[in-house]
Amino acid sequence: MTTTATAPARAESTRPRRAAPRRRRGRLAPWGFLAPFGVLFLLLFLAPIGYAVYQSLIRIDRSGPLGLGRAREVFGGLENYSRAVSDPAFVASIGRVLLFAAVQVPLMIVLSTVLALLLDSASARWPGLFRGVYFLPYGVPGVIATILWGFLYVPGVSPIVDGLTAMGLPVDLLGGGSVLWSIANIVTWAFAGYNMLVIIAQLKAIPGELLEAATVDGAGPLRTVWHVKLPLVRPALVLTTVFTIIGTLQLFAEPLVLKPLSTAISFTYTPNLSAFNEAFNNNNYGLAAAESVLLALGAFVLSFGFLRLTGRRRR
Amino acid sequence: MTASLRSRILVTALLGVIALYFLLPVYWLVIASTKSTGSLFGSSGMWFSDMRFLTNMANVFTYDGGVYLRWAANSVVYAFVGATASTLLSAAAGYALAKFAFRGRETVFNLVLGGVLVPATALALPLYLMFAKLGLANTYWAVLLPSLVNPFGVYLLRIYTAAAVPDDVLEAGRIDGASEARIFFSVVLRMVTPGLVTVFLFQFVGIWNNYFLPLVMLSDPKLYPITLGLTSWQSFADRQPELYQLTIGGAFVSVVPLMIVTAVLQRFWRAGLTEGSVKG
Repeated sequence: MTTTATAPARAESTRPRRAAPRRRRGRLAPWGFLAPFGVLFLLLFLAPIGYAVYQSLIRIDRSGPLGLGRAREVFGGLENYSRAVSDPAFVASIGRVLLFAAVQVPLMIVLSTVLALLLDSASARWPGLFRGVYFLPYGVPGVIATILWGFLYVPGVSPIVDGLTAMGLPVDLLGGGSVLWSIANIVTWAFAGYNMLVIIAQLKAIPGELLEAATVDGAGPLRTVWHVKLPLVRPALVLTTVFTIIGTLQLFAEPLVLKPLSTAISFTYTPNLSAFNEAFNNNNYGLAAAESVLLALGAFVLSFGFLRLTGRRRR
Repeated sequence: MTASLRSRILVTALLGVIALYFLLPVYWLVIASTKSTGSLFGSSGMWFSDMRFLTNMANVFTYDGGVYLRWAANSVVYAFVGATASTLLSAAAGYALAKFAFRGRETVFNLVLGGVLVPATALALPLYLMFAKLGLANTYWAVLLPSLVNPFGVYLLRIYTAAAVPDDVLEAGRIDGASEARIFFSVVLRMVTPGLVTVFLFQFVGIWNNYFLPLVMLSDPKLYPITLGLTSWQSFADRQPELYQLTIGGAFVSVVPLMIVTAVLQRFWRAGLTEGSVKG
Protein backbone atom coordinates (compact mmCIF):
# COMPACT_ATOMS: atom_id res chain seq x y z
CA MET A 1 0.00 0.00 0.00
CA THR A 2 2.75 2.36 0.81
CA THR A 3 4.26 2.01 -2.62
CA THR A 4 1.05 2.92 -4.42
CA ALA A 5 0.61 5.89 -2.13
CA THR A 6 4.07 7.26 -2.66
CA ALA A 7 4.26 6.66 -6.37
CA PRO A 8 1.68 9.24 -7.39
CA ALA A 9 3.01 11.58 -4.75
CA ARG A 10 6.46 11.34 -6.23
CA ALA A 11 5.08 11.79 -9.69
CA GLU A 12 3.26 14.87 -8.57
CA SER A 13 6.32 16.32 -6.98
CA THR A 14 8.57 15.68 -9.94
CA ARG A 15 6.23 17.07 -12.57
CA PRO A 16 6.14 20.59 -11.21
CA ARG A 17 9.88 20.44 -10.60
CA ARG A 18 10.51 19.57 -14.20
CA ALA A 19 8.12 22.20 -15.46
CA ALA A 20 9.10 24.97 -13.06
CA PRO A 21 12.47 25.93 -14.51
CA ARG A 22 10.90 26.13 -17.92
CA ARG A 23 8.10 28.41 -16.76
CA ARG A 24 10.45 30.49 -14.67
CA ARG A 25 12.81 30.69 -17.59
CA GLY A 26 9.93 31.81 -19.78
CA ARG A 27 8.99 34.47 -17.28
CA LEU A 28 12.49 35.75 -16.65
CA ALA A 29 13.89 35.61 -20.17
CA PRO A 30 12.19 38.79 -21.49
CA TRP A 31 13.43 40.76 -18.47
CA GLY A 32 16.90 39.38 -19.03
CA PHE A 33 16.86 40.71 -22.58
CA LEU A 34 15.33 44.00 -21.50
CA ALA A 35 17.65 44.58 -18.54
CA PRO A 36 20.82 45.92 -20.23
CA PHE A 37 18.87 48.53 -22.18
CA GLY A 38 16.37 49.06 -19.36
CA VAL A 39 18.97 49.82 -16.68
CA LEU A 40 20.74 52.33 -18.92
CA PHE A 41 17.40 53.86 -19.97
CA LEU A 42 16.53 54.28 -16.31
CA LEU A 43 19.90 55.78 -15.35
CA LEU A 44 20.64 57.88 -18.42
CA PHE A 45 17.16 58.83 -19.60
CA LEU A 46 14.57 58.77 -16.83
CA ALA A 47 16.93 59.79 -14.00
CA PRO A 48 18.15 62.95 -15.78
CA ILE A 49 14.54 63.94 -16.49
CA GLY A 50 13.77 63.53 -12.79
CA TYR A 51 16.95 65.36 -11.85
CA ALA A 52 16.13 68.26 -14.17
CA VAL A 53 12.67 68.58 -12.63
CA TYR A 54 14.22 68.48 -9.13
CA GLN A 55 16.88 71.03 -10.07
CA SER A 56 14.23 73.33 -11.56
CA LEU A 57 12.49 73.49 -8.17
CA ILE A 58 15.65 74.46 -6.25
CA ARG A 59 16.81 77.93 -5.38
CA ILE A 60 20.32 78.80 -4.19
CA ASP A 61 20.26 80.96 -1.05
CA ARG A 62 23.40 82.78 -0.06
CA SER A 63 23.72 83.85 3.54
CA GLY A 64 26.00 86.41 5.12
CA PRO A 65 26.85 89.98 4.10
CA LEU A 66 26.64 90.76 0.38
CA GLY A 67 25.48 87.19 -0.25
CA LEU A 68 29.08 85.97 -0.15
CA GLY A 69 28.50 83.39 2.58
CA ARG A 70 27.72 79.73 2.28
CA ALA A 71 25.37 78.76 -0.53
CA ARG A 72 22.38 76.69 0.54
CA GLU A 73 19.97 74.81 -1.70
CA VAL A 74 16.40 75.47 -0.68
CA PHE A 75 13.09 74.43 -2.19
CA GLY A 76 11.93 77.28 -4.37
CA GLY A 77 8.68 75.92 -5.73
CA LEU A 78 7.86 77.13 -9.20
CA GLU A 79 10.03 80.22 -8.77
CA ASN A 80 12.43 79.29 -11.59
CA TYR A 81 9.50 78.67 -13.92
CA SER A 82 7.90 82.01 -13.19
CA ARG A 83 11.28 83.68 -13.70
CA ALA A 84 11.65 81.91 -17.06
CA VAL A 85 8.22 82.79 -18.40
CA SER A 86 8.41 86.38 -17.16
CA ASP A 87 11.74 86.92 -18.93
CA PRO A 88 10.82 88.70 -22.19
CA ALA A 89 13.97 87.41 -23.92
CA PHE A 90 13.12 83.78 -23.13
CA VAL A 91 9.50 84.23 -24.21
CA ALA A 92 10.73 85.85 -27.42
CA SER A 93 13.03 82.87 -28.02
CA ILE A 94 10.05 80.51 -27.71
CA GLY A 95 8.10 82.64 -30.17
CA ARG A 96 11.08 82.52 -32.52
CA VAL A 97 11.39 78.72 -32.60
CA LEU A 98 7.61 78.36 -32.93
CA LEU A 99 7.66 80.70 -35.94
CA PHE A 100 10.66 78.79 -37.25
CA ALA A 101 8.88 75.45 -36.83
CA ALA A 102 5.67 76.78 -38.40
CA VAL A 103 7.62 77.55 -41.57
CA GLN A 104 10.32 74.87 -41.46
CA VAL A 105 8.14 71.81 -40.77
CA PRO A 106 5.70 72.24 -43.72
CA LEU A 107 8.54 73.37 -46.01
CA MET A 108 10.65 70.34 -45.10
CA ILE A 109 7.85 67.79 -45.47
CA VAL A 110 6.53 69.21 -48.76
CA LEU A 111 10.02 69.44 -50.25
CA SER A 112 10.99 65.90 -49.13
CA THR A 113 7.71 64.48 -50.44
CA VAL A 114 8.03 66.25 -53.80
CA LEU A 115 11.62 65.03 -54.18
CA ALA A 116 10.59 61.47 -53.30
CA LEU A 117 7.64 61.51 -55.74
CA LEU A 118 9.73 63.02 -58.55
CA LEU A 119 12.43 60.37 -58.12
CA ASP A 120 9.76 57.69 -57.98
CA SER A 121 8.01 58.94 -61.14
CA ALA A 122 8.57 57.36 -64.50
CA SER A 123 9.81 60.69 -65.85
CA ALA A 124 12.98 60.83 -63.76
CA ARG A 125 16.26 59.78 -65.34
CA TRP A 126 19.18 58.60 -63.20
CA PRO A 127 17.06 58.40 -60.00
CA GLY A 128 19.85 56.56 -58.13
CA LEU A 129 22.34 59.33 -58.82
CA PHE A 130 19.99 62.13 -57.78
CA ARG A 131 18.89 60.23 -54.68
CA GLY A 132 22.53 59.87 -53.66
CA VAL A 133 23.26 63.57 -54.23
CA TYR A 134 20.23 64.73 -52.20
CA PHE A 135 21.10 62.36 -49.37
CA LEU A 136 24.80 63.41 -49.19
CA PRO A 137 24.33 66.25 -46.65
CA TYR A 138 22.97 63.79 -44.08
CA GLY A 139 26.58 62.65 -43.57
CA VAL A 140 27.67 66.21 -42.75
CA PRO A 141 27.38 67.16 -39.06
CA GLY A 142 25.07 70.13 -38.47
CA VAL A 143 27.85 72.31 -37.10
CA ILE A 144 30.10 71.64 -40.08
CA ALA A 145 27.19 72.34 -42.45
CA THR A 146 26.73 75.62 -40.58
CA ILE A 147 30.42 76.50 -40.86
CA LEU A 148 30.22 75.86 -44.63
CA TRP A 149 27.04 77.84 -45.19
CA GLY A 150 28.41 80.53 -42.85
CA PHE A 151 31.23 81.13 -45.34
CA LEU A 152 28.58 81.32 -48.07
CA TYR A 153 26.70 84.01 -46.11
CA VAL A 154 29.62 86.31 -45.26
CA PRO A 155 30.19 89.22 -47.68
CA GLY A 156 33.70 89.16 -49.12
CA VAL A 157 34.00 85.38 -49.05
CA SER A 158 30.61 84.25 -50.32
CA PRO A 159 30.26 83.99 -54.09
CA ILE A 160 26.47 84.25 -53.62
CA VAL A 161 26.47 87.53 -51.71
CA ASP A 162 29.25 89.03 -53.84
CA GLY A 163 27.58 87.90 -57.06
CA LEU A 164 24.23 89.40 -56.13
CA THR A 165 25.88 92.62 -54.96
CA ALA A 166 27.73 92.90 -58.29
CA MET A 167 24.37 92.51 -60.03
CA GLY A 168 23.03 95.43 -58.01
CA LEU A 169 21.14 93.27 -55.52
CA PRO A 170 22.87 93.79 -52.18
CA VAL A 171 21.64 91.14 -49.72
CA ASP A 172 22.31 90.73 -46.04
CA LEU A 173 21.90 87.05 -45.15
CA LEU A 174 23.00 87.56 -41.54
CA GLY A 175 20.80 90.52 -40.53
CA GLY A 176 18.05 90.57 -37.95
CA GLY A 177 15.26 89.93 -40.42
CA SER A 178 17.00 87.31 -42.50
CA VAL A 179 19.29 85.18 -40.34
CA LEU A 180 16.47 82.92 -39.08
CA TRP A 181 15.70 82.00 -42.70
CA SER A 182 19.38 81.55 -43.45
CA ILE A 183 19.31 78.98 -40.63
CA ALA A 184 16.19 77.41 -42.16
CA ASN A 185 18.16 76.98 -45.38
CA ILE A 186 20.93 75.11 -43.52
CA VAL A 187 18.44 72.81 -41.79
CA THR A 188 16.64 72.14 -45.09
CA TRP A 189 19.91 71.41 -46.86
CA ALA A 190 20.99 69.00 -44.12
CA PHE A 191 17.80 66.98 -43.61
CA ALA A 192 15.57 67.16 -46.73
CA GLY A 193 17.41 64.26 -48.36
CA TYR A 194 17.14 62.11 -45.26
CA ASN A 195 13.39 62.67 -44.96
CA MET A 196 13.09 62.03 -48.69
CA LEU A 197 14.76 58.65 -48.22
CA VAL A 198 12.32 57.63 -45.48
CA ILE A 199 9.42 58.48 -47.81
CA ILE A 200 11.03 56.68 -50.76
CA ALA A 201 11.42 53.57 -48.59
CA GLN A 202 7.68 53.52 -48.13
CA LEU A 203 6.92 54.35 -51.78
CA LYS A 204 8.97 51.33 -52.80
CA ALA A 205 6.86 49.17 -50.51
CA ILE A 206 3.63 49.97 -52.41
CA PRO A 207 2.57 46.81 -54.27
CA GLY A 208 2.93 47.19 -58.05
CA GLU A 209 -0.58 45.78 -58.67
CA LEU A 210 -2.10 48.76 -56.86
CA LEU A 211 -0.37 51.23 -59.16
CA GLU A 212 -1.24 49.16 -62.23
CA ALA A 213 -4.88 49.02 -61.14
CA ALA A 214 -4.91 52.81 -60.85
CA THR A 215 -3.49 53.15 -64.37
CA VAL A 216 -6.00 50.64 -65.76
CA ASP A 217 -8.77 52.65 -64.12
CA GLY A 218 -7.54 55.63 -66.09
CA ALA A 219 -5.90 57.62 -63.31
CA GLY A 220 -3.17 59.96 -64.55
CA PRO A 221 0.15 60.38 -62.71
CA LEU A 222 -1.16 63.25 -60.56
CA ARG A 223 -4.33 61.42 -59.51
CA THR A 224 -2.28 58.31 -58.73
CA VAL A 225 -0.04 60.42 -56.50
CA TRP A 226 -2.97 62.04 -54.72
CA HIS A 227 -5.26 59.04 -54.29
CA VAL A 228 -2.87 56.10 -54.08
CA LYS A 229 0.70 57.06 -53.24
CA LEU A 230 0.17 59.83 -50.68
CA PRO A 231 -2.37 57.92 -48.54
CA LEU A 232 -0.05 54.90 -48.54
CA VAL A 233 3.09 56.80 -47.47
CA ARG A 234 1.18 58.48 -44.64
CA PRO A 235 3.05 56.66 -41.83
CA ALA A 236 6.37 57.88 -43.26
CA LEU A 237 5.01 61.44 -43.46
CA VAL A 238 3.86 61.27 -39.82
CA LEU A 239 7.25 59.93 -38.72
CA THR A 240 9.27 62.57 -40.56
CA THR A 241 6.95 65.33 -39.35
CA VAL A 242 7.34 64.30 -35.70
CA PHE A 243 11.13 64.18 -35.99
CA THR A 244 11.19 67.53 -37.76
CA ILE A 245 9.05 69.13 -35.03
CA ILE A 246 11.32 67.80 -32.26
CA GLY A 247 14.44 68.77 -34.22
CA THR A 248 13.42 72.34 -35.02
CA LEU A 249 12.36 73.16 -31.46
CA GLN A 250 15.81 72.07 -30.24
CA LEU A 251 17.53 74.55 -32.54
CA PHE A 252 20.95 75.19 -31.03
CA ALA A 253 24.11 74.41 -32.98
CA GLU A 254 23.28 76.50 -36.06
CA PRO A 255 22.67 79.81 -34.20
CA LEU A 256 25.63 79.15 -31.87
CA VAL A 257 28.04 78.65 -34.77
CA LEU A 258 26.63 81.63 -36.71
CA LYS A 259 26.70 83.86 -33.60
CA PRO A 260 30.19 85.31 -34.24
CA LEU A 261 29.13 86.21 -37.79
CA SER A 262 25.81 87.87 -36.99
CA THR A 263 25.03 90.59 -34.50
CA ALA A 264 21.36 89.56 -34.70
CA ILE A 265 22.03 86.35 -32.73
CA SER A 266 22.24 86.69 -28.96
CA PHE A 267 22.55 84.08 -26.22
CA THR A 268 18.77 84.12 -25.89
CA TYR A 269 18.13 83.50 -29.58
CA THR A 270 16.58 80.05 -28.97
CA PRO A 271 15.33 78.39 -25.74
CA ASN A 272 18.13 75.81 -25.90
CA LEU A 273 20.79 78.47 -26.33
CA SER A 274 19.28 80.35 -23.40
CA ALA A 275 19.32 77.27 -21.14
CA PHE A 276 22.92 76.53 -22.15
CA ASN A 277 23.92 80.12 -21.40
CA GLU A 278 22.19 80.15 -18.00
CA ALA A 279 23.91 76.90 -17.00
CA PHE A 280 27.46 77.45 -18.25
CA ASN A 281 27.93 81.21 -18.38
CA ASN A 282 25.70 82.32 -15.47
CA ASN A 283 25.97 79.18 -13.30
CA ASN A 284 22.22 79.34 -12.80
CA TYR A 285 21.37 75.64 -12.99
CA GLY A 286 17.90 76.01 -11.54
CA LEU A 287 16.75 78.47 -14.19
CA ALA A 288 18.54 76.46 -16.91
CA ALA A 289 16.77 73.29 -15.75
CA ALA A 290 13.39 75.05 -15.73
CA GLU A 291 13.98 76.27 -19.29
CA SER A 292 15.04 72.78 -20.42
CA VAL A 293 11.98 71.22 -18.82
CA LEU A 294 9.70 73.76 -20.50
CA LEU A 295 11.32 73.07 -23.88
CA ALA A 296 11.04 69.28 -23.47
CA LEU A 297 7.43 69.63 -22.38
CA GLY A 298 6.64 71.84 -25.38
CA ALA A 299 8.30 69.41 -27.81
CA PHE A 300 6.50 66.48 -26.20
CA VAL A 301 3.09 68.17 -26.27
CA LEU A 302 3.44 69.31 -29.89
CA SER A 303 4.75 65.98 -31.24
CA PHE A 304 2.37 63.88 -29.16
CA GLY A 305 -0.53 66.19 -30.11
CA PHE A 306 0.38 65.77 -33.77
CA LEU A 307 0.45 61.97 -33.39
CA ARG A 308 -2.97 61.97 -31.70
CA LEU A 309 -4.40 64.28 -34.34
CA THR A 310 -3.20 62.14 -37.26
CA GLY A 311 -4.05 58.91 -35.44
CA ARG A 312 -7.65 59.95 -34.88
CA ARG A 313 -8.28 61.18 -38.40
CA ARG A 314 -7.18 57.80 -39.69
CA ARG A 315 -10.17 55.97 -38.20
CA MET B 1 4.25 53.02 -69.05
CA THR B 2 6.47 55.48 -70.89
CA ALA B 3 6.43 59.12 -69.96
CA SER B 4 6.48 61.63 -72.76
CA LEU B 5 9.85 63.02 -73.79
CA ARG B 6 8.86 66.51 -72.75
CA SER B 7 8.01 65.57 -69.17
CA ARG B 8 11.19 63.49 -68.96
CA ILE B 9 13.31 66.49 -69.92
CA LEU B 10 11.41 68.84 -67.61
CA VAL B 11 11.59 66.57 -64.56
CA THR B 12 15.23 65.69 -65.12
CA ALA B 13 16.17 69.36 -65.56
CA LEU B 14 14.37 70.21 -62.32
CA LEU B 15 16.13 67.39 -60.49
CA GLY B 16 19.43 68.65 -61.91
CA VAL B 17 18.86 72.17 -60.61
CA ILE B 18 17.99 70.82 -57.16
CA ALA B 19 21.15 68.69 -57.26
CA LEU B 20 23.18 71.85 -57.86
CA TYR B 21 21.72 73.32 -54.66
CA PHE B 22 22.74 70.27 -52.62
CA LEU B 23 26.20 70.23 -54.18
CA LEU B 24 26.93 73.97 -53.93
CA PRO B 25 28.48 74.03 -50.42
CA VAL B 26 30.50 70.91 -51.21
CA TYR B 27 31.77 72.45 -54.46
CA TRP B 28 32.71 75.61 -52.59
CA LEU B 29 34.48 73.51 -49.93
CA VAL B 30 36.53 71.64 -52.54
CA ILE B 31 37.60 74.92 -54.19
CA ALA B 32 38.29 76.67 -50.86
CA SER B 33 40.41 73.77 -49.59
CA THR B 34 42.97 74.50 -52.32
CA LYS B 35 43.43 78.18 -51.51
CA SER B 36 45.75 80.22 -49.37
CA THR B 37 44.23 82.39 -46.66
CA GLY B 38 44.84 85.47 -48.81
CA SER B 39 43.03 84.21 -51.88
CA LEU B 40 40.23 82.74 -49.75
CA PHE B 41 39.17 86.32 -49.14
CA GLY B 42 40.59 87.89 -52.27
CA SER B 43 39.39 85.66 -55.13
CA SER B 44 36.12 84.29 -56.45
CA GLY B 45 34.81 81.43 -54.34
CA MET B 46 33.62 79.59 -57.44
CA TRP B 47 36.98 78.91 -59.07
CA PHE B 48 40.56 77.90 -58.21
CA SER B 49 43.18 80.56 -57.74
CA ASP B 50 46.36 79.16 -56.17
CA MET B 51 46.93 75.43 -55.74
CA ARG B 52 47.87 74.96 -52.12
CA PHE B 53 45.84 71.83 -51.45
CA LEU B 54 48.70 69.63 -50.22
CA THR B 55 50.20 72.36 -48.02
CA ASN B 56 46.76 72.98 -46.52
CA MET B 57 46.25 69.29 -45.80
CA ALA B 58 49.70 69.01 -44.24
CA ASN B 59 48.83 71.99 -42.03
CA VAL B 60 45.57 70.40 -40.91
CA PHE B 61 47.30 67.22 -39.83
CA THR B 62 50.31 68.81 -38.13
CA TYR B 63 48.81 71.88 -36.44
CA ASP B 64 49.02 71.86 -32.63
CA GLY B 65 50.91 68.53 -32.52
CA GLY B 66 48.49 66.73 -34.82
CA VAL B 67 45.44 67.33 -32.67
CA TYR B 68 43.15 66.93 -35.70
CA LEU B 69 44.03 63.24 -36.05
CA ARG B 70 43.26 62.77 -32.39
CA TRP B 71 39.81 64.37 -32.86
CA ALA B 72 39.17 62.12 -35.86
CA ALA B 73 40.15 59.05 -33.82
CA ASN B 74 37.89 60.19 -30.97
CA SER B 75 34.96 60.61 -33.36
CA VAL B 76 35.52 57.11 -34.70
CA VAL B 77 35.72 55.63 -31.19
CA TYR B 78 32.60 57.43 -29.94
CA ALA B 79 30.56 56.59 -33.04
CA PHE B 80 31.75 53.01 -33.58
CA VAL B 81 31.72 51.80 -29.97
CA GLY B 82 28.52 53.68 -29.14
CA ALA B 83 26.64 52.52 -32.23
CA THR B 84 27.76 48.87 -31.90
CA ALA B 85 26.83 48.58 -28.24
CA SER B 86 23.57 50.49 -28.54
CA THR B 87 22.48 48.39 -31.52
CA LEU B 88 23.00 45.17 -29.54
CA LEU B 89 21.14 46.58 -26.52
CA SER B 90 18.28 47.73 -28.75
CA ALA B 91 18.13 44.34 -30.48
CA ALA B 92 17.83 42.50 -27.16
CA ALA B 93 15.18 44.88 -25.85
CA GLY B 94 13.31 44.87 -29.16
CA TYR B 95 13.34 41.06 -29.18
CA ALA B 96 11.96 40.92 -25.61
CA LEU B 97 9.16 43.33 -26.54
CA ALA B 98 8.35 41.59 -29.82
CA LYS B 99 8.43 37.91 -28.93
CA PHE B 100 7.56 37.53 -25.25
CA ALA B 101 4.22 38.10 -23.58
CA PHE B 102 4.81 39.38 -20.07
CA ARG B 103 3.14 41.69 -17.63
CA GLY B 104 4.14 45.29 -18.05
CA ARG B 105 5.20 44.85 -21.67
CA GLU B 106 3.00 47.62 -23.02
CA THR B 107 3.99 49.96 -20.18
CA VAL B 108 7.65 49.42 -20.99
CA PHE B 109 7.04 49.93 -24.70
CA ASN B 110 5.09 53.14 -24.10
CA LEU B 111 7.90 54.47 -21.91
CA VAL B 112 10.38 53.75 -24.71
CA LEU B 113 8.08 55.44 -27.24
CA GLY B 114 7.79 58.46 -24.96
CA GLY B 115 11.59 58.49 -24.87
CA VAL B 116 11.65 58.94 -28.65
CA LEU B 117 9.76 62.22 -28.21
CA VAL B 118 12.13 63.68 -25.58
CA PRO B 119 14.62 66.12 -27.12
CA ALA B 120 18.16 64.86 -26.58
CA THR B 121 19.38 68.35 -25.73
CA ALA B 122 17.02 68.55 -22.75
CA LEU B 123 18.79 65.53 -21.23
CA ALA B 124 22.33 66.77 -21.75
CA LEU B 125 22.27 69.43 -19.03
CA PRO B 126 21.02 67.29 -16.13
CA LEU B 127 23.27 64.45 -17.34
CA TYR B 128 26.25 66.78 -17.12
CA LEU B 129 25.36 67.73 -13.53
CA MET B 130 24.94 64.05 -12.60
CA PHE B 131 28.19 63.05 -14.31
CA ALA B 132 30.04 65.94 -12.69
CA LYS B 133 29.03 64.64 -9.25
CA LEU B 134 30.23 61.14 -10.17
CA GLY B 135 33.51 62.45 -11.58
CA LEU B 136 32.55 61.20 -15.04
CA ALA B 137 32.25 64.58 -16.75
CA ASN B 138 35.10 65.37 -19.12
CA THR B 139 35.92 61.69 -19.77
CA TYR B 140 35.27 59.37 -22.72
CA TRP B 141 32.44 57.82 -20.71
CA ALA B 142 30.59 61.14 -20.60
CA VAL B 143 30.00 60.93 -24.36
CA LEU B 144 29.88 57.14 -24.72
CA LEU B 145 27.38 56.22 -22.00
CA PRO B 146 24.49 58.47 -23.13
CA SER B 147 25.06 57.25 -26.71
CA LEU B 148 24.19 53.69 -25.64
CA VAL B 149 20.53 54.49 -25.06
CA ASN B 150 18.60 54.65 -28.32
CA PRO B 151 14.82 54.35 -27.79
CA PHE B 152 14.13 54.75 -31.52
CA GLY B 153 16.39 51.75 -32.17
CA VAL B 154 14.36 49.65 -29.73
CA TYR B 155 11.16 50.75 -31.46
CA LEU B 156 12.50 49.94 -34.95
CA LEU B 157 13.90 46.57 -33.90
CA ARG B 158 10.74 45.57 -32.06
CA ILE B 159 8.74 46.01 -35.26
CA TYR B 160 11.46 44.46 -37.38
CA THR B 161 11.82 41.41 -35.12
CA ALA B 162 8.07 40.90 -34.92
CA ALA B 163 7.94 40.77 -38.74
CA ALA B 164 11.18 38.93 -39.54
CA VAL B 165 11.39 36.20 -36.89
CA PRO B 166 8.67 33.48 -37.04
CA ASP B 167 7.53 32.05 -33.71
CA ASP B 168 8.00 28.45 -34.95
CA VAL B 169 11.74 29.01 -35.32
CA LEU B 170 11.99 30.09 -31.66
CA GLU B 171 9.83 27.15 -30.54
CA ALA B 172 11.97 24.73 -32.55
CA GLY B 173 15.08 26.11 -30.88
CA ARG B 174 13.54 25.69 -27.41
CA ILE B 175 12.44 22.11 -28.14
CA ASP B 176 15.97 21.32 -29.27
CA GLY B 177 17.08 22.47 -25.83
CA ALA B 178 18.91 25.64 -26.88
CA SER B 179 19.22 28.25 -24.14
CA GLU B 180 17.39 31.57 -24.53
CA ALA B 181 20.71 33.37 -24.92
CA ARG B 182 21.81 30.97 -27.64
CA ILE B 183 18.53 31.36 -29.50
CA PHE B 184 18.96 35.13 -29.41
CA PHE B 185 22.59 35.25 -30.44
CA SER B 186 22.63 32.56 -33.10
CA VAL B 187 19.08 32.65 -34.50
CA VAL B 188 17.39 35.99 -33.84
CA LEU B 189 20.37 38.28 -34.49
CA ARG B 190 21.01 36.58 -37.82
CA MET B 191 17.41 36.95 -38.96
CA VAL B 192 17.21 40.68 -38.12
CA THR B 193 20.59 41.63 -39.63
CA PRO B 194 19.20 44.19 -42.15
CA GLY B 195 17.37 45.94 -39.31
CA LEU B 196 20.56 45.90 -37.22
CA VAL B 197 22.51 47.53 -40.03
CA THR B 198 19.93 50.31 -40.34
CA VAL B 199 19.86 51.00 -36.59
CA PHE B 200 23.67 50.90 -36.46
CA LEU B 201 23.98 53.40 -39.31
CA PHE B 202 21.41 55.75 -37.78
CA GLN B 203 23.14 55.70 -34.44
CA PHE B 204 26.62 55.96 -35.97
CA VAL B 205 25.69 59.08 -37.91
CA GLY B 206 23.76 60.43 -34.92
CA ILE B 207 26.80 60.16 -32.64
CA TRP B 208 29.22 61.33 -35.34
CA ASN B 209 27.12 64.44 -35.98
CA ASN B 210 26.35 65.14 -32.32
CA TYR B 211 27.54 68.46 -31.00
CA PHE B 212 25.50 69.44 -27.96
CA LEU B 213 26.42 66.47 -25.76
CA PRO B 214 30.22 66.67 -26.23
CA LEU B 215 30.03 70.47 -25.96
CA VAL B 216 28.34 70.20 -22.58
CA MET B 217 30.42 67.27 -21.29
CA LEU B 218 33.98 67.93 -22.46
CA SER B 219 36.46 70.65 -21.60
CA ASP B 220 39.69 68.83 -22.50
CA PRO B 221 40.45 69.33 -26.24
CA LYS B 222 42.18 65.92 -26.26
CA LEU B 223 38.75 64.29 -25.83
CA TYR B 224 36.96 66.36 -28.49
CA PRO B 225 35.29 64.78 -31.49
CA ILE B 226 35.79 66.47 -34.87
CA THR B 227 32.61 68.59 -34.59
CA LEU B 228 33.77 70.22 -31.39
CA GLY B 229 37.37 70.54 -32.54
CA LEU B 230 36.50 72.30 -35.78
CA THR B 231 34.16 74.77 -34.08
CA SER B 232 36.91 75.56 -31.58
CA TRP B 233 39.25 76.40 -34.49
CA GLN B 234 36.52 78.43 -36.15
CA SER B 235 35.82 80.44 -33.00
CA PHE B 236 39.48 81.52 -32.76
CA ALA B 237 39.78 82.37 -36.44
CA ASP B 238 39.06 86.08 -36.11
CA ARG B 239 42.17 86.37 -33.93
CA GLN B 240 44.33 83.88 -35.88
CA PRO B 241 43.34 84.11 -39.55
CA GLU B 242 45.30 80.97 -40.54
CA LEU B 243 42.66 79.03 -38.60
CA TYR B 244 40.12 79.85 -41.33
CA GLN B 245 42.11 77.73 -43.73
CA LEU B 246 42.55 74.98 -41.12
CA THR B 247 38.80 74.94 -40.42
CA ILE B 248 38.08 74.58 -44.13
CA GLY B 249 40.74 71.90 -44.60
CA GLY B 250 39.55 70.01 -41.54
CA ALA B 251 35.94 70.19 -42.73
CA PHE B 252 37.04 68.90 -46.14
CA VAL B 253 38.86 65.90 -44.64
CA SER B 254 35.93 64.96 -42.40
CA VAL B 255 33.10 65.64 -44.83
CA VAL B 256 34.21 64.09 -48.10
CA PRO B 257 34.80 60.48 -46.98
CA LEU B 258 31.64 60.43 -44.87
CA MET B 259 29.51 61.80 -47.70
CA ILE B 260 30.79 59.12 -50.05
CA VAL B 261 30.08 56.42 -47.47
CA THR B 262 26.58 57.83 -46.88
CA ALA B 263 25.77 57.81 -50.58
CA VAL B 264 27.16 54.29 -51.10
CA LEU B 265 25.35 52.85 -48.10
CA GLN B 266 22.01 54.57 -48.69
CA ARG B 267 20.28 51.33 -49.69
CA PHE B 268 20.87 49.97 -46.17
CA TRP B 269 18.98 52.89 -44.71
CA ARG B 270 16.03 52.06 -46.91
CA ALA B 271 16.26 48.30 -46.36
CA GLY B 272 15.69 48.52 -42.63
CA LEU B 273 13.15 51.31 -42.87
CA THR B 274 10.88 49.47 -45.28
CA GLU B 275 10.49 46.61 -42.86
CA GLY B 276 10.63 48.74 -39.76
CA SER B 277 9.35 52.13 -38.78
CA VAL B 278 7.15 52.97 -41.69
CA LYS B 279 5.06 49.85 -41.29
CA GLY B 280 4.25 50.81 -37.72
